[in-house]
Amino acid sequence: MFAYVLRRFAGAVPTLFIIVTIAFFMIRLAPGGPFDLERPLDPLIMENLNRAYNLDKPLLYQYGHYLWNLAQGDLGPSFTRRDFSVVDLFRTGLPVSVLLGGMAISLALIVGTFLGALAALKQNTAVDYAVVGTATFGITIPPFVIAPILSLLFGVWLGWLPAGGWSSGSLRHMILPVATLALPQIAIVARLTRGATIEALRSDHVRTARAYGLPTRIVVGVHALRAAILPVVSYLGPTAAALLTGSVVVETIFGIPGIGRYFVQGALGRDYTLVMGTVVVIAVFVVVFNLIVDILYALLDPRVRYD
Amino acid sequence: MGENKTDTILSIRGLNVSFATHDGEVRAVKNVDFDVRPGETVAIVGESGSGKSQSMMALMGLLASNGRATGSARYRDQELIGMSERRLNKVRGEKITMIFQEPMTSLDPLYKIGRQISEPLIHHGGLLSAAQARPRVLELLRLVGIPDPERRIDSYPHELSGGQRQRVMIAMALANNPDILIADEPTTALDVTVQAQILALLAELQSRLGMAIVFITHDLGIVRRFADRVYVMRSGEVVEEGATEALFSTPKHAYTKMLLEAEPTGRKAPPPANAPILLEGRNVEVTFTIGGGFLAGEPLMLRAVNRISIALKKGQTIGIVGESGSGKSTLGRALLRLLPSDGAIRFGGRDISTAGREEMRPLRREMQLVFQDPFGSLSPRMTIGQVITEGLLVHEPSLSGKDRDRRAIEALREVGLDPAMRNRYAHEFSGGQRQRIAIARAIILKPKVVVLDEPTSALDRSVQKQIVDLLRDLQQAHDLSYLFISHDLAVVRAMSDYIIVMKQGQIVEEGPTAEIFDDPREEYTQTLMAAAIDVTKFRAAAPS
Amino acid sequence: MTDHSTIAAREVLTEAGPMIAGRSLWQDAWRRLRKNKAAVASAIVLLLLALAGIFGPLVAPHPYDRIYPQYVRTPASLEAYPKAERIIPAFESVVSRARVETGSAEVEGSTVRMPISSSEALDPRIVRYVDRSDLFENARIEELSADGRSGVMVADVHRLRFLFGTDSNGRDLLARILIGIRVSLAIGVLASAMALLFGVSYGAIAGYLGGRVDGVMMRIVDILYSLPFIFFVILLVVFFGRNFILIFIAIGATEWLDMARIVRGQALMLKRQEFVQAAEALGVDNSGILRRHIIPNTLGPVVVFVTLLVPKAILLESLLSFLGLGVQEPLTSLGLLISDGAANIQGATWLLIYPAIALTVILFALNFLGDGLRDALDPKDR
Repeated sequence: MFAYVLRRFAGAVPTLFIIVTIAFFMIRLAPGGPFDLERPLDPLIMENLNRAYNLDKPLLYQYGHYLWNLAQGDLGPSFTRRDFSVVDLFRTGLPVSVLLGGMAISLALIVGTFLGALAALKQNTAVDYAVVGTATFGITIPPFVIAPILSLLFGVWLGWLPAGGWSSGSLRHMILPVATLALPQIAIVARLTRGATIEALRSDHVRTARAYGLPTRIVVGVHALRAAILPVVSYLGPTAAALLTGSVVVETIFGIPGIGRYFVQGALGRDYTLVMGTVVVIAVFVVVFNLIVDILYALLDPRVRYD
Repeated sequence: MGENKTDTILSIRGLNVSFATHDGEVRAVKNVDFDVRPGETVAIVGESGSGKSQSMMALMGLLASNGRATGSARYRDQELIGMSERRLNKVRGEKITMIFQEPMTSLDPLYKIGRQISEPLIHHGGLLSAAQARPRVLELLRLVGIPDPERRIDSYPHELSGGQRQRVMIAMALANNPDILIADEPTTALDVTVQAQILALLAELQSRLGMAIVFITHDLGIVRRFADRVYVMRSGEVVEEGATEALFSTPKHAYTKMLLEAEPTGRKAPPPANAPILLEGRNVEVTFTIGGGFLAGEPLMLRAVNRISIALKKGQTIGIVGESGSGKSTLGRALLRLLPSDGAIRFGGRDISTAGREEMRPLRREMQLVFQDPFGSLSPRMTIGQVITEGLLVHEPSLSGKDRDRRAIEALREVGLDPAMRNRYAHEFSGGQRQRIAIARAIILKPKVVVLDEPTSALDRSVQKQIVDLLRDLQQAHDLSYLFISHDLAVVRAMSDYIIVMKQGQIVEEGPTAEIFDDPREEYTQTLMAAAIDVTKFRAAAPS
Repeated sequence: MTDHSTIAAREVLTEAGPMIAGRSLWQDAWRRLRKNKAAVASAIVLLLLALAGIFGPLVAPHPYDRIYPQYVRTPASLEAYPKAERIIPAFESVVSRARVETGSAEVEGSTVRMPISSSEALDPRIVRYVDRSDLFENARIEELSADGRSGVMVADVHRLRFLFGTDSNGRDLLARILIGIRVSLAIGVLASAMALLFGVSYGAIAGYLGGRVDGVMMRIVDILYSLPFIFFVILLVVFFGRNFILIFIAIGATEWLDMARIVRGQALMLKRQEFVQAAEALGVDNSGILRRHIIPNTLGPVVVFVTLLVPKAILLESLLSFLGLGVQEPLTSLGLLISDGAANIQGATWLLIYPAIALTVILFALNFLGDGLRDALDPKDR
């Protein structure tokens, strides 16, 4: 098991390397540079800046330099926020995004699986239709519509909650962003759980359990739900990685100091190190959560092998 | 068993089962009566869709959610139909238990078998914990003949073979010493040698433990050997019932007679000794590579066919017999050059061992293939007219549409289908009709050799017989040579004049049909023959 | 195939009695789809929205880029503007710019009149001050006195309707929503078509050739998958600029991955089907197998997937517009309108609500149509 985890981590290194390489060269190939402002800078200053950030060196040298620093955990200085290193920016922003994303994903897991299983057990009743209908709503309406509507409803019209802002993480400020992040995920998890549970309830081995007179709580709780949770686990892995690394929409609308905005801002401002830092962080999260999914899967399903 | 015993433990009266579907209500079981007495074996016989399984599912409360049962099913003094789930759980698993056809999927893949066997013990037998149940689980595993139970108790279902899984199911079923065991086609999915072992185990356990067995099956051989009494079902109704001997010797209902006669009969005479050899393989080998490929590690080599030599004469039928995984289908495809192989293959005196796809194309019309699954072998998006004339597009491209259509009409008439149906699609036909379409597609090209890969295995017995008759007629009419691949010994015997027995990619034994059936030399062949329960033999002995 | 069946139909009478017509799987699916009320309703809604997007901007009372400076952030209303109480103050205000003495204005039906006088002769060009306003048109000076120093300024009140209100630049929201629907639907359809073309050919080649080629092609797809999904779109937009055509190419270029996987999976699955093997045994060549067997059988899942791809592409475009990377002003899309609305929720809620409703309706309709198609094409109980 331990060896398996180690091997998987080692196997992820080439993937990360390829991603970093592609991202590095793609962003460098894009026209424009970090210091091309509306008003052109004095050529001398430009030259000094380029020298200070090694931009005057050959691209391959810069690439090697970046990899070398990356191996030591240094993501470089930010080009556009010149007083900060990229690591500094993530050190303050990442906990915020992880906190919001973590709450949303927990909510999605708990509420979504509960609703999905409930709908499956009450298939073709009013409860089922209500869950399925709400889930369709949650899946269809995009976050950038949900977020301002929630803000309008609870922040402007009803005045119950702040319409935006972070205020160093007070609970009241977290409710709407977490709800926005969680709603679509609750809907998807509920649909997945419902489908998987219905399929599990129809499976031959559940029929066996019923044929042997096992009580419903054992048939459903032990034999049906454990099988039904498997697709949810494999869905939630990559989703968790995406949610924990911040949502640009939610952070923009509610004015939250997470890391979700950095990618877009970095790409637009040609802040090479910031973009690369975001790519690295996201890729690491994806790799880690894929691994977590594989381990969970192996724990839940004995047919999966560690080789 | 005694005919006049009146102490029935299960009495079913006027049972109806219906399913609500998109096309309205479908009645699966219509007003049937059954009786089961203590310790006897009752067989319910019927072809697919006859309602034999659903009638038992109904009393076990296992109907699909769109199913509804009415009528009466009394176990001793308890009415099972309409009983609450909670009360039903006191009966099923304790008094009445059931084993199913699919040993691969009927056990929960996520739990160890020891735990699954202990569940009915804990919930009915008053045992409190898995630890308390463990000695009894081991005893049950020993009872059903699982080797090394101390180790196997901690196995997961996927670590067991199909036969072993069915034994585990039986252990679960017997955990609480039930009065009645319902066995729903328990051996259909198993190889014939394993099938015989499971049946022997059931018979032995019954004589030791004394429960009644309700045996649901389509296999008359099993009925003949095991059942005391038989119910024959057809489209939801019981058409005949009676003691086994009586029913087999003097069937009253026309359907029962038809079923008994549906066993393929007749023998094929060998071709003249000087008949030319059409298709010949020498030391044919097929190796599959499993896994491997781009960045995926070391590949695993599997030799599916191992140095097999075979010679098919004009007008001959060679039956290739073997259990699943013996390599018989692979051999058939390799001989037609549909799979890459080593060794020499000659067709009509010409070496085709290294012929590529282009070189083989003109020869394809003379060597055809008919598949097992009549549902998968016809393209769902083409009309059957298009399906059967596709080969003409390749081999007689000069034909006009009108000529092709005429040929399609001829071919359909020849396989006994109404040519007016040729604008229909495959999904509008039954299994037997589809197999006729597949045969029409092969013979429209006027081939010399046809490889028949289990062409009757997916069909009901009565349909099987018709297809066997059709294939024999076509052989006569066109002087065809067949390579008949099957695990069904009764059909092989009726079709072939020469038999090759295969096991794990190799030939175990070969010879003329009569020799192999009457006087098998190899131990494996003997097991195979003993396992196949041959109704025709019984019928020859019984007064008719 | 057509000649095949017509000839067959003629043969019937002479050779085989009456022909029994078959029902293809497509016909079955069509029948099932027509029975699905939600899907039919969605199809009608989509058709109406598409017509509104195509022809709406042509017949709408206001061009989508016409700015009415006097009507900035006007709330949605069924009544025409200007409202009665606003006419006289507005008229007084515009006439006063002409630096003339003004009397009291009065409204008569759809005209407004106000005596004016000046110490010098009235310059007839002063009517421009009135005409320049969005509220009035056809301004003229009547009853000009003989010395030309006094007269009556008369103007017709220009009545305008803003059913959905106006945005913060004073443009009619209805016209902008109509053009937004046009842009969003066009990008959705074009991007999906692009993903379809590229994904189907890539997937079919990988799946049908199989082996090493398949391995390499799919590894490329895997690597592209593990890059953050908007990374590409943003980079492509950064590369090519915010051009309407390039935006849908950028979206199509990111959305083909799923399509390629689906088609490859289908092709691999079909290759193993017995009817394909049967065709190989008949000696049918690769192109015949692809044409008659593989492609017709992948169409079902592909059609279903495309209906899911269109809303995805619309969403992606909306997201880009929301981030300020989409189409550029004065052109607009539903995402851009929603983004604008989100920035104005404190005072102009209609700017958020109407575009949000339009987008939601489109997404729901596509969703239900996709579900209906999936049920129709892939019924489990067949």
